[in-house]
Amino acid sequence: MSGANDPFDPKQVAALSPEALDSAVREGLAAFAGAADLDQLAAVRPAHLGDRGPVLLARRELGALPPAARKDAGQRVNTARLALTEAYDARLAVLSAERDERVLAEERVDVTLPADRAPVGARHPLTTIQDRIADIFVGMGYEVAEGPELESEWLNFDALNTGPDHPARSLADTFFVAPEGSGLVLRTHTSPVQARTMLERTPPIYVVAPGRVFRTDELDATHTPVFHQVEGLAIDRGLTMAHLRGTLEALAKALFGPESEIRWRPHFFPFTEPSAEFDVWFPEHRDGPQWVEWGGCGMVNPRVLVACGIDPEEYGGFAFGMGIERALQFRHGVSDMHDIVEGDVRFTRAFGVEQ
Amino acid sequence: MKVPVSWLSEHVDLPAGTGVAELDTVFVRQGLEVEDVLRAPATTGPLVVGRVLEIEELTGFKKPIRYCQVDVGNATPQGIVCGARNFAVGDLVVVALPGAVLPGDFAIAARTTYDHVSDGMICSSRELGVGEDHDGILVLGTDGIEPGTPAAGVVGLDDVVFDLEVTTDRGYCMAIRGIAREVAGALGAPWRDPAAATPPAWPGEPAWTVEVEDPQRCDRFSMVAVEGLDPTAPSPWWLRRRLSRCGIRSISLAVDVTNYVMLELGQPMHAFDRDALRGPVVVRTARPGERLTTLDGVDRALDADDLLITDESGPIGLAGVMGGASTEISGSTTAVLLEAAHWEPSGIGRGVRRHKLPSEAAKRFERGTDPDVTVVALARAAELLATYGGARVVGGVVDVDTRGPRPEIALRADRPQAVAGIPIGADTVIDALRIVGCSVAPEGAVLTVTPPSWRPDLTDPADLVEEVVRAVGYDEIPGVLPTVPPGRGLTADQRRRRSVGRALADAGYVEAPSYPFVGASVLATLGLPAEGLHALRNPLSDEEPLLRGSLLPGLLATLARNLGRGQRDLAVFELGAVFLPGDGAVAPLPSVDRRPDGETLAALLGAVPDQPWHVGVALTGLREPRGHWGPGRAADWADAVQAARTVAGAAGVELTVRAGDQLPWHPGRCAQLLVGDTVVGHAGELHPRVCAALELPPRTCVMELDLAALPAKAVAQGPHISAFPPVHSDLALSVPADVPAADVEAALRSGAGELLEDLRLFDVYTGEQAGEGQRSLAYALTFRATDRTLTRAEVGEAVDAALRAAGAVGAVRRG
Repeated sequence: MSGANDPFDPKQVAALSPEALDSAVREGLAAFAGAADLDQLAAVRPAHLGDRGPVLLARRELGALPPAARKDAGQRVNTARLALTEAYDARLAVLSAERDERVLAEERVDVTLPADRAPVGARHPLTTIQDRIADIFVGMGYEVAEGPELESEWLNFDALNTGPDHPARSLADTFFVAPEGSGLVLRTHTSPVQARTMLERTPPIYVVAPGRVFRTDELDATHTPVFHQVEGLAIDRGLTMAHLRGTLEALAKALFGPESEIRWRPHFFPFTEPSAEFDVWFPEHRDGPQWVEWGGCGMVNPRVLVACGIDPEEYGGFAFGMGIERALQFRHGVSDMHDIVEGDVRFTRAFGVEQ
Repeated sequence: MKVPVSWLSEHVDLPAGTGVAELDTVFVRQGLEVEDVLRAPATTGPLVVGRVLEIEELTGFKKPIRYCQVDVGNATPQGIVCGARNFAVGDLVVVALPGAVLPGDFAIAARTTYDHVSDGMICSSRELGVGEDHDGILVLGTDGIEPGTPAAGVVGLDDVVFDLEVTTDRGYCMAIRGIAREVAGALGAPWRDPAAATPPAWPGEPAWTVEVEDPQRCDRFSMVAVEGLDPTAPSPWWLRRRLSRCGIRSISLAVDVTNYVMLELGQPMHAFDRDALRGPVVVRTARPGERLTTLDGVDRALDADDLLITDESGPIGLAGVMGGASTEISGSTTAVLLEAAHWEPSGIGRGVRRHKLPSEAAKRFERGTDPDVTVVALARAAELLATYGGARVVGGVVDVDTRGPRPEIALRADRPQAVAGIPIGADTVIDALRIVGCSVAPEGAVLTVTPPSWRPDLTDPADLVEEVVRAVGYDEIPGVLPTVPPGRGLTADQRRRRSVGRALADAGYVEAPSYPFVGASVLATLGLPAEGLHALRNPLSDEEPLLRGSLLPGLLATLARNLGRGQRDLAVFELGAVFLPGDGAVAPLPSVDRRPDGETLAALLGAVPDQPWHVGVALTGLREPRGHWGPGRAADWADAVQAARTVAGAAGVELTVRAGDQLPWHPGRCAQLLVGDTVVGHAGELHPRVCAALELPPRTCVMELDLAALPAKAVAQGPHISAFPPVHSDLALSVPADVPAADVEAALRSGAGELLEDLRLFDVYTGEQAGEGQRSLAYALTFRATDRTLTRAEVGEAVDAALRAAGAVGAVRRG
């Protein structure tokens, strides 16, 4: 290094000469370009851009120049430094990108490997269909009413215009609770919920009652002693059979598609008069579009209203009920009742958590 | 009720083009469900009427065989071998000629049999597929049909039979008469009422002495006597064919005739062997100790409620249900007493169920018959017995008739349209009621309606409305949605049940509802109480007569069934009601003519036992599946506890756990589940003895919790979320092994105070280094303040406070 106070000749400060700087830049560019990876790049950096690199060493010599020469030389040094820095940054970017790409490639996994680390649960379709039907009616303004499965004989039969000698009130059809004369049965339909509702509430009444019911049938492909129904009841002023049909149509369309329809067949139930059985048109049926028998309905028999303390001169209404297992069978193409009642997890899992 | 179209069309002039499809529609529209449409199975090839010209008896074979010459309309008779013996020379029979194929792919060809060439076959009803009768061949009588006439039409091979389901209110449709009325009314077609005939005025004293002791249950009892019946006279083939097509077996002329009249008019009848009767007939209820051997040969003990037909010998018939054996028509009966009565329906129903005797007669009486036609039916039967059995009526008719006037119903003429919701004019109403047989007297806006004798089901205005709407057509009514007032949506309980079910499903449990029937033996195995559980009087299985008080038996049965089908890793749940013991109060049966009074209603509702909803789970095998990530994790007691926490979380209540000891759980692996101080359930591992007894895998785990015992969810309060930095501190404690972790945690929490944000037990170590009788519990504590950055000193104080509190339950800081 030259002393600051030495008399000088710029030509004598060799490190600041354009040739020297050009050469330093050339060498630096070559070194950076020759670095094959980030490690090599890092290794060559100090020799060209470090404190001991020729360009920074050259900058120290600037102070030795007379002011007139210093400007030129300063510009040359800066230009050289900028060229090296840019070259370095560019090479760094290229090598970083290459490294990133390689690492991501190395981290590749087989995303088609199974990812089912959690066991898969499901709700039973009997539950989810009941919920779905309840939701349809709640959407119309109905409330969901409930009653006990072990029910008083009076509410299951008498209150529903089914007298003591009715054939259904026999040990051959109905589960009776011991001892004889207990007045308790396993409800044979969800209709006692109708009676409870009318005894507990005052009109207007709009309720649906999904639930489990019991009859003394042996389990086979089409029967089960324990099954499910949804009952509906509307009591208000001025209700007609047209309202009943409109309600059933709305249900059918919500559950079986907008093309679904309702067909009535006159029938007999003690607790409704007039009474009908109804079929639904189910376009998506596994065996092609067809009418499917689904439930019973009718205008509430005035005798039932009287037994529940509602004035039949002022109020009337309709009731309907349908089988949930039946709906499951045709809506979902289930042909054997055993599958519905046996709790086989393979069956239930097919239905997920919602219908 | 089986209805042959050929018989129906004898009474109704079916409009041209009324085929099976049209009739089907009519029946459905009228509320007569078509259960089946029966056609005779197909017969092809030549089937003709033949006349038997000669019979040669062949002997020397195992059974007597006949070789017959039969005129089948050709120049030369047909030689046919026949094994039946119920025919004579001159009889008309049905012959299947070679080339014919009878039902069941039974091809007829000329063949040599019993040393003769048989050139065809003489057919029985069963071979033709028109009946079950195979005792002999089908004999079509002796005249009226030319030999060679195609037989298919003659024997009704082309006839269609509708099998209709008749609802319990419409007994009149249990006869061709009623069906004809329905079809004629629906089609607007002319028809002839077979009951319209006026019975002859038989001269002389009543043929028998009859006394009816119970006119409430028998308001009409009619009899007529015939003599001179040829006991060997067969029923005519057309009659047998009709009975057969209607599903009734031919027995003898006298019995067949009563059955035929029942099918035609709907009036069941009984034929007594008059010579077997002893003294006056009395209709009365049974006396103590009386017995009756019915026609089916069963000796029956009688109930005081049984209504009987008796003579001096005692009971000779179970009224309206089945006759007695002692007066049965025999093969030598020549004098018959025919009986036709009207019985009160519900008493018949009781008798049928008591004696388990669902006869054709009872089916009709139970639904209600037409009391007007008893004597008409007697006349019709007497006429048939005269025509086909040579019998003649002797003496006058017996007719004990105590009926009162038929009740009238006042119907507002606008009532049907108010119910139907479509305009129905008064004229339409009146017409519709008259078509079904009512007499209608309009008085201003009110119609006074007297239902016909055959419609005991029409008692209320609503019944008449149904008749009118049925006539108008149910499907004429359009759909209109009612304006429903706003509802309150699902109740909290309903939402909770759904949340719980969803949460468990999301946690990997599969819902498996099971039957609520349990047996005492499985309860004993599980150590669950059986006493107090409700028992069914008529369980499906005597092994399972009780109603469940717990979901566990059902869940474990579900587990076992799935295991039996090859599943290994199972987690199932059930949400359902259980039946708690009642207080034995009897639910009253108040009158239904008004709302029960408050006290009665309270007794009624109070007698119904509590049926709270429970939720339960059962698991076995791997709780977390094995896979490329590892070997999986076996289900254990903690999963059962976690299931309870999942339920509580979904229900929005806080659950605490302490050690429990309750069967069927493992005494050391049973968690008692509490909300506050209330025990709401248990969870853990099953007792090894239970697993062994039920053949379940070891370490099967279960949880059951009383959903109804969970309090309502409190309104959640939003926490203050602090943005200041947390301070983490780990604590390793040495704790006596018998101190529950829950107690240590509670102590740490209470000691650490408000600055503690979170605490988590992250390691449990028992072993040598923990020390004898000790275990090591490692906790990660997170501290944070809501208003400042905590200093080291503040955290140190809080940790020290936590340690002091934990020290009170025996915990000491390790290292």
